[in-house]
Amino acid sequence: MIKLTLPIDKQQVEKLRAGDSVLVSGTIYTARDCAHKRLVEMLCRGEELPFEIKDAFIYYAGPCPAKPGYASGSCGPTTSARMDVYAPVLLDAGLGGMIGKGEMCEDVRQALMRNNCVYFAAIGGAGALYGKAIKSSELVAFPELLSEAVRRLEVIDFPAVVAMDSKGNSIY
Amino acid sequence: MRVIDTKEIADKVYEMALEACVSLTPDCKAALNKAVENERDGAAKFALETLIENCRTAENDKLPVCQDTGMAVVLLEIGQDIQLTGAPLDDAINGAVRAAYSDGYFRKSVCDPITRKNTGDNTPAVIHTHICGGEQISLTFLPKGFGSENMSAMYMLKPAQGVDGIIDAIVQTVANAGSRPCPPVYVGVGIGGTFDTCAFLAKKALAREVGSHSDREDIAEIERIALERINALDIGCQGFHGNTTAIGVSCEWAYTHIAGLPVAVNIQCHCVRCRRAVI
Repeated sequence: MIKLTLPIDKQQVEKLRAGDSVLVSGTIYTARDCAHKRLVEMLCRGEELPFEIKDAFIYYAGPCPAKPGYASGSCGPTTSARMDVYAPVLLDAGLGGMIGKGEMCEDVRQALMRNNCVYFAAIGGAGALYGKAIKSSELVAFPELLSEAVRRLEVIDFPAVVAMDSKGNSIY
Repeated sequence: MRVIDTKEIADKVYEMALEACVSLTPDCKAALNKAVENERDGAAKFALETLIENCRTAENDKLPVCQDTGMAVVLLEIGQDIQLTGAPLDDAINGAVRAAYSDGYFRKSVCDPITRKNTGDNTPAVIHTHICGGEQISLTFLPKGFGSENMSAMYMLKPAQGVDGIIDAIVQTVANAGSRPCPPVYVGVGIGGTFDTCAFLAKKALAREVGSHSDREDIAEIERIALERINALDIGCQGFHGNTTAIGVSCEWAYTHIAGLPVAVNIQCHCVRCRRAVI
């Protein structure tokens, strides 16, 4: 089991291989369908994004509301393939990588290689465990999107698997 | 004639929703335990172990097993010797769903299909009401997530394609879905009817217990063969390869037209959270 603290440097990224099990800690940003559409539109218009995208990790997720006493509600990954069209744009803009679930397309594989980035698969359906691994959650942008808003999460020991590495290998 | 206030139905739906979203069904848990035993070391086994641990955490902390607490699908079979009183049935059920998703801290995932604006309370529920004989109400509550729903498919096969065509359609749908619907999946299949009834039958099949079989031997055989072929696909838990790509295949059937053979394949992820009750 490899322990990683985000942001990870490019040398570390190069060592990761598809199939490696990892525990991810650090800062990640949630974004899914609607938020991605907006982020990419903002990039196209040359506007500043609501968070620093350089080396950031996006988590494809939309949490449940937090119960009292919890930093977050259940928060497992959503299907990454729906973000296939957006991920290469964000990777080319400096994104460090993504966490989601399930296969992503060839364009994403190329963009990961081109930018020396990595895509982690979290375990889909393990929402309660991921929710409890979140130590803080802060709304960053698009509150009107409710669960689809962009949130900054501090996470400890998120279990994941390297799904697509920077060398073009895929676990799928 | 038995008189039932729709509030009684709403109270039951509320209770079922609160329980369903935080715990898997016993048959689903048994299937996951069996899957982990059948898996060699590696990413798929790690993923299955994580899912089983997640299930325990969800039950202990009363947290949603999966953050996608779904669209609320409610199936009702109402005996015709019942007189319903009180609020209109659909309003009562939507009220119960609204309250449960708020009180349970469940995610609200229902939106307008065009504007994508969230309704904010997870309503409207998807309500299927059928009238049958007797003076009981059978209720099923099925929170349906969309990672898996998105991977479902409908086929209008030719009668010439027969049983082989049905099995191919089921297996091909799961193969096309790959890692995306959170395998191991539970596969609900509708066979026959018209376009609309076929899709409904597929959903109804998902309300059956995992591991149950059709009481028609020829259809039970389709379930067995399809499951065997799906588990030979080597997609595995989360798409990490392995021996369990599906935990079950359930088929429901209806009479169809001489010119057609509709087959609907509704995919459910491993989070089988269906609840049943009788009033």
